[in-house]
Parts: sequence; C-alpha cells; structure tokens
Amino acid sequence: MAEDIVKVEGLKAYYQMNYFGVSREVRAVDGITMTVRKGEVYGIAGESSSGKTSFIKVLAAAIRPPLKVVEGSVKFDFKNGPIDVATATPKQIEAVRWKHLSYIMQGSMSVLNPVRRIGRTFHDFASRPMGLTGKAFEDRVIAHLARLKLPPDVLKAYPHELSGGMRQRVTIGLATVCHPEFIIADEPTTALDVVVQKEVLSLIRDIQKEMNAAVVFVTHDMSVHANVADRVGIIYAGRLVEEGPTRDMFFAPKHPYTAHLVASLPRIGDVKQRPALEGRPPNLADPPQGCRFHPRCPLAVDKCRQDVPPMEQVGPDHRTACWRWQDVKPLVGASAPSGVMA
Amino acid sequence: MTTLLDVRDVSKRFTMGGIFGRKTVDAVMDASFSLSAENPEIFTIIGESGSGKTTLARMILGLEDPSEGEILFRGKRVSRYGGRAEKLAFMSQVQPVFQNPFEAFNPLKKVERYLESTARRFLQTSDRAAIDRAMDEALQKVGLSLKEVRGRFPHEMSGGQLQRCAIARALIPNPPLLIADEPVSMVDASLRMSIVNLLKSLRDDLKVSVIYITHDLATAYYISNRLIIMQRGRIVEMGDARTVLDNPQHPYSKLLKASVLSTDDAGDGKLATDPEMVKAAGDLVGQAGKLVTKPDGREVRVYAGV
Amino acid sequence: MFAVFRDLIRYNVEFAIGLVLVGIMVIFASLSFFSPVDPSMIYMAIPDQPPSAQYWFGTNSRGQELFWQLSAAFKNSLIFGITVAVLSRIISITVGLAAGYLGGWVDRVLMFINDIFVAVPIFPILVLFYFVLRNNMDSFTMALILACFGWPFDARLIRSVALGLKHREFTRHAVFAGMSTRKVLLEEHLPYVMPIVFSTFMNNMLWSIGMEVTLAVLGFTNINNPTIGTVLYWANSHSAMVVGVWWWIVIPVILIVMTFLGLFLLAVSMNEYIDPRSRLRRMGA
Repeated sequence: MAEDIVKVEGLKAYYQMNYFGVSREVRAVDGITMTVRKGEVYGIAGESSSGKTSFIKVLAAAIRPPLKVVEGSVKFDFKNGPIDVATATPKQIEAVRWKHLSYIMQGSMSVLNPVRRIGRTFHDFASRPMGLTGKAFEDRVIAHLARLKLPPDVLKAYPHELSGGMRQRVTIGLATVCHPEFIIADEPTTALDVVVQKEVLSLIRDIQKEMNAAVVFVTHDMSVHANVADRVGIIYAGRLVEEGPTRDMFFAPKHPYTAHLVASLPRIGDVKQRPALEGRPPNLADPPQGCRFHPRCPLAVDKCRQDVPPMEQVGPDHRTACWRWQDVKPLVGASAPSGVMA
Repeated sequence: MTTLLDVRDVSKRFTMGGIFGRKTVDAVMDASFSLSAENPEIFTIIGESGSGKTTLARMILGLEDPSEGEILFRGKRVSRYGGRAEKLAFMSQVQPVFQNPFEAFNPLKKVERYLESTARRFLQTSDRAAIDRAMDEALQKVGLSLKEVRGRFPHEMSGGQLQRCAIARALIPNPPLLIADEPVSMVDASLRMSIVNLLKSLRDDLKVSVIYITHDLATAYYISNRLIIMQRGRIVEMGDARTVLDNPQHPYSKLLKASVLSTDDAGDGKLATDPEMVKAAGDLVGQAGKLVTKPDGREVRVYAGV
Repeated sequence: MFAVFRDLIRYNVEFAIGLVLVGIMVIFASLSFFSPVDPSMIYMAIPDQPPSAQYWFGTNSRGQELFWQLSAAFKNSLIFGITVAVLSRIISITVGLAAGYLGGWVDRVLMFINDIFVAVPIFPILVLFYFVLRNNMDSFTMALILACFGWPFDARLIRSVALGLKHREFTRHAVFAGMSTRKVLLEEHLPYVMPIVFSTFMNNMLWSIGMEVTLAVLGFTNINNPTIGTVLYWANSHSAMVVGVWWWIVIPVILIVMTFLGLFLLAVSMNEYIDPRSRLRRMGA
C-alpha cells in the first residue's frame, strides 16, 4: 500500500465570532480523522455548510480568523520534510505552498487577474517556487501547457479572451506547473457545461497520473466522484461519516446518508421513482446530539439519538460511522447494472 | 384541444457594444413549440450556457420581447408592455420558479412576505383569514405548512425548503403554467430529488404544466414528457423525452448524452470523450439546416449535404 | 429599539463616545429654549468679559452672553443641517432608486438632470439668491436651496447600488409576487442603500453647515439670526482675536469640532450596525 501524503488526526476547526454581543461558535470541522495516500484521488463529498469548505481550508493551510484550529493535527509528508499545517508558521507554509501543495479553485476568474496576461500570472505564482526566471522559466511553462493541450499563445492572452473550459485548463496548468505532490481541487468543474466538464475531469485525471500527485477532489456532485475518485469520503455536519473505495461507496454503501445520496441520482434509461431525503442539514452552531444524521435517518434508533457512533472498519479500506451499518442496504436504483456485480 | 402556450417562430437578437464595434448576437433563432391546455406536461428545454434557453424562458415570462415571431398565451400575445392590470392578469397565469432559492428571497425579509403579497394581489383580498388560508393551502401542496414557515428568515431554512416555499408562492394564483429555470442546480444533493419529485406531482396531481429548463439530462429524462435540445440558439432535436434521450439522433444530442457522467461504472475512471463526436457537433454550429419530422414523432435538425 | 441601543453602547466604543458628544451638544442646543435672554438683543451684559462663574463662556464685544448666544446658534445650525440633510436624502433616494431600478429613458432623464446639478456652481447661485431675496432669505429658504443642490452625487451612488439590486433574483421574485414598484423600492431595496444614506447624511450635514458658515462669514445671510456662521461673522468684524477676546472664537470652534466628531462617530458605528451583512450575521446566517 502506498505511503500517506497527509495524515489528519482528530481535527477540530471552529469559527468563533462576536458581533455586537451575539457570540457564536460554529463547529465547522468537528473531529475528522483521515489520510490521503500518495498518488491517489480522494473525493470529498458534502452539502453546502457541511464543513467541507472549512476542512479543505485547513488542508490548504489557509487558516484565517475567524476560522481556528482548536484541536488535532494535519501532518503532511513532503519531499522536503514533514510539516503540520495546523501549527506551522506562515514562513514554513510559504515554503511548501505551490511547490508541494497547490490548489485548483472553483471560479477560474477569481484566480486569474483579469487585467494581467496569463503569462504574468504564471510568473507571479510559479517563478519563485520553481527558482527559474526568464527564458528557462518560460520554456518550462510552455512545455507544461503543451501537456494540457494548450497553445503557447495563451500566455499572451487576457483571461476574458479565453472560453470557460480553456480558463479552467489554465488554472489547472497553474496549479500543476511546479509538479506539486498534493493538489486540492475545490469544485473545479461546477461552473462548466457538461461537455467541457468531462474534458476537464479527464485532464485532471491524466495529469495526476502522469505526475503521480495526490489530489483531494471536492464536489457535491456524486456522479463526478464516481468518475474521478479512487476513494470517496462523505462529510456530514462537520464529521466524516463514511469513507471507502469508490466502487464500494456506490454499490455497497454502509451509511444511510451515502445510500441516499447515491440512490437519489437519476439515470438516463431509468424512470423508477427516486427517494428524496427529507429534513434539513443541521445547523453547525447547534448540532443535534448523538449521530448528527439521526433526525433525517430512516434507520435511527434511540442509541443514535444519544451516542456518537465511532468510525468502524467495515471492509478493506472501508470505514463508516453508523450504529446500524449492517442494516444499510443499497436503495432503489443504486444497484449495479446486471452482470457487473455478479 | 386548445393550446395553452404557443411559441411561433420566435427569434431574439441582442445588440452589444457601443458606437464602435456594434455586434449582434442571436440568442434564440426560430423556436417553435406549443403546449396544450388539456394535457398538463413537463416540457423540458435542455441546453448548455449560451444555448438561449434562459432567453427563451424570459420571453415566455414577458420579460423580454422577441425580435421576430410571437408568443401566444391562451391566444393572447405576451408582451413586455401593457398596463399594470394586464400584467397582473398575465402573472396570475404564468409564474416563475427561480434558480437559486437563497437569492430569490431577500435575506433581510421574512419568507412569508412573498407569499402574503402574492395572495393579497392575485386573490384580491385583504382579509387576513383568507390570505392565511391561501398561504397555508399552497404550502400544504408542497409538503410544508404555514406554521413551519411563519416568522422565519431565509437563512433559517434549507435550500430545499426555500425552493418549496418559492414553488408554493407561485402556486397561490393557481396558474396553469410554471416556468422553472434550473430550479435544482443550487439545491443540495440530498434535497434535490424532493424538488424534482414535487414538480412531477404538480403535473400529476394539480394538473399544472411546467416548462423545466435545465442542462441536466438525467433529471430531464426522469420527469419530462417532451423536451427540446438547444444548441447556440437553435432547436436541434425535439420530441418525446424518452424517445429522444434513449437514442439521440442529432450529433449534438449524442455528444450531450455521451458527456453525462455515469455512475454505473463508478471507480473505473473512464472519462475520455470521443473527439470525433465533439467535432461533429461543433461543426454544425452556425448552420441553419431545418427541422424534419422523423417516423417516431421526433423532430431533428438536418443539414443540406450532410 | 432599547435593546439595540444597549447593545451598541456596550459593544461599540465609537458609538458610546459619539453618543456622549452629540448628547452634550443636543442638550446644550436645546437649553436655548429656556434661554433667559433674547439672543438677538445686544448690550444685555457687560461686553468683553472672559469666561467666569457668572458668564460661563464669557461675553462678546456686543454685550451678549456667549453661553446663550452659542446655545441658540447651535440649535439653529443643527436644525438647519438636519433639514438640508433630510430633504436632500429624500431626493437622492427617490432619484437614485428609481433611476437604477426603472432604467431606460427614466434613468437617462434623471441622470441628465443629476449631471446638470453636479455641474452648476452652487456658491454664486446662493449669493445670487441672497441679493434677490435679501431679508426674505431666512434659514429655511436657504435650507431648501442647499437641499436642491446637495443630492446629485449621492443619488449616483445610490443608483449604482440599485443597478446591482435590480438584477438580484429576489427583485424579480417580488415583481411576480405582485408587489408594486414603490413597494419593491422602499421595502426590498431601501435596506441595502441605508448604509450609504447614513454616511452621506453625515457628510451632507457637514457640508451644509460649512456652507452656511462660509456665507455668513462673508455676510451673505441674515446676520441677526444667531448661527455658528453669524457668531463667527460678528467675532471677525469685531476683530476678536486682535483685541484679545479669544473666547469668542475658540469656544465656538471647540464646540463645532465636538459636534462633528460626535456625528461622525455615530454615523460610522450605526453604519456598521445597519449594514445588511452585519445584520445577517447577528441574525445568525
């Protein structure tokens, strides 16, 4: 088994705020333990305000007030030495950022400065970490862009002159030009059209394989995870509720929430009634007791309302936090097409 | 059989730019279709960004006037202009459901405010009890109740609940037609199906027709009766939803279907799109062609010399 | 309402200081309602007395007690400033919101008028009005004239916010909920421009009182009506600093600084409070 690139242990990150005497503590990340291995794509799924955004902020070492790491560690094992970003100094983080740890963001427009040519942006981001300047730097960038099937001309273009798909490919190029060991991709295809989305996803997959980088891929779209991730982790209300190999997560989920997410995906060629999950995601400022999913869970029993279920090993590489995982059955429509699961 | 909505050869051209470099963009070209008043259906408009689907919806809602052609609702022409009374009368028949439920409600105002205003205006009553009854009835239809909603602010509800409130509000005047522009794209995955199922039950139980605008082929297949696929302003394929999506014939429709991410082979990492397909679809952009009816009832755009 | 006040005082130092300063000035100004002397009369006291237990702020060369003189002057000037600010805010909100929301020719016409008012030099016009109206030029007339010139920049500012609000989905939602244009503007959009209205209210008061001082010092107003400007006018015409009656200048200036500082702090802290983003955070969004 491959070595770990990052080990997250008991991570708790809260937002602490105070407005005119209304003080609030939002437990955005509440005890997450997981690892990402070298060279794999780890998919993180979760709804809005599930804490997944805060979690990747911590992973990306972008911890700024009011977000605060309260407990736990995030230990990276980079080529230039280990680092715990939960406690590292800004200077230490600066040393790994972009060269070892980079990210692909959702809105390509917000990364690319609209009044600067793409080439300048590349220079700003990558020249220093790579330790190259002038012609040598430019040659490396052009060679890298060629891998992404982008012509060298894009360096002279302004962001608005490119199409959405091209821009997203440029940001991927920007994130990968230094050959980082760990890349965080935060909803990189959400704003794209379906045809382009597929192209961009296969591009991310290809370049990841080629560079053997670890990618943490964040999106709420389960069908994207099905196609790019090696392993998927599901975050619900600030906690990791299930984690496992992609195939198992789709065809043999062991947490009722995962089962629902998978079952609710409609498919072309299938008009069976899809179940809908009732209720609303919990408020992280005031989460329910016990298992946080219990108010919406069809399997909930008294135990679920009182005690927090621990992460349990339920199969090779497969963990879940549910008291009744043995009773979780794949729901309607989630079964594999005939012949596949024989 | 009477027609509810008749879209006749509608085109919309936008003029961009100022004194220099005036550019025209054809957002919608020669779109025609009609909905019948007797058979409520979910009519889906599929397209990517820039396909003109939103412009078409805006024209049906009377927010934009077609450059050519006309849109008739119950035989009356839909227009941006006209008196307030006329507009209110139209709005009581055709109501929109917006894309982002968090945007559709003013975050500083209570949710019920929109429902109340709708009831007051369109039922023309100022009797508190009657307004409350209308609100509660509408909310019951979407699986909520006035008790749950009263006094709450948008941020106190989930995206799914808010979207249901928005649909309940649209239902207050009992409109025969709803226009839903990407109503689930901003709703969380676990809540999405409840909205989609709701649209379905509106058609089946309340006999409301829905024009469902989306880029998602899977939900379109799941709920719609008929659909049109638009590419850069032109309808390229139109017909029964199942017939078209099971076996698309226009190259662009084929490409769209091929681009849908399937979960059937989850974990296998199959992603490549056939470049031939992308090229075949891309080459047809800008060519006029014409819609031809096929034996199975669908219409497909065919091109001279292809 | 009371709870809002309590929270502001407790958690916002700026607000507390501002409230104290403005409170002092408002009490001071309203004392003039109980003034034992008529501030327009002269030689009611011994002239040129320095501040003492008998004459708190001293007396001026015209034999007026400065305490009561200034009290009346601040009352008049504050009322004047508030009148101008309120009137011009009403115009700028109406024009800004309507132009931004309605757009099209309404926008073009309103902004054309707006730009004319921006371009016209206000000072010569005020002087012209003074020469035409002479003694009919009371402070209310002047407030009206200033209000007519004090709105265009702020209207443009409000319009730019309204333009953004117009394309928010909740605006369209409100229209399809049958709300009238007036209701959309006043109930949906107004809360979003309130921070601008508040901060420009303050600026506008400052500007109009300053304008009044300028005119008064030059003698282009009714100089028998005590205002901050006319107090300085008389001090200047009696060469107060030269003859050593320093309190005639220094005390009004200190009071003016206190007033403006107080108003400024209040505006800043209230602004933070009514800002939609901060409101939403307090609501728990």
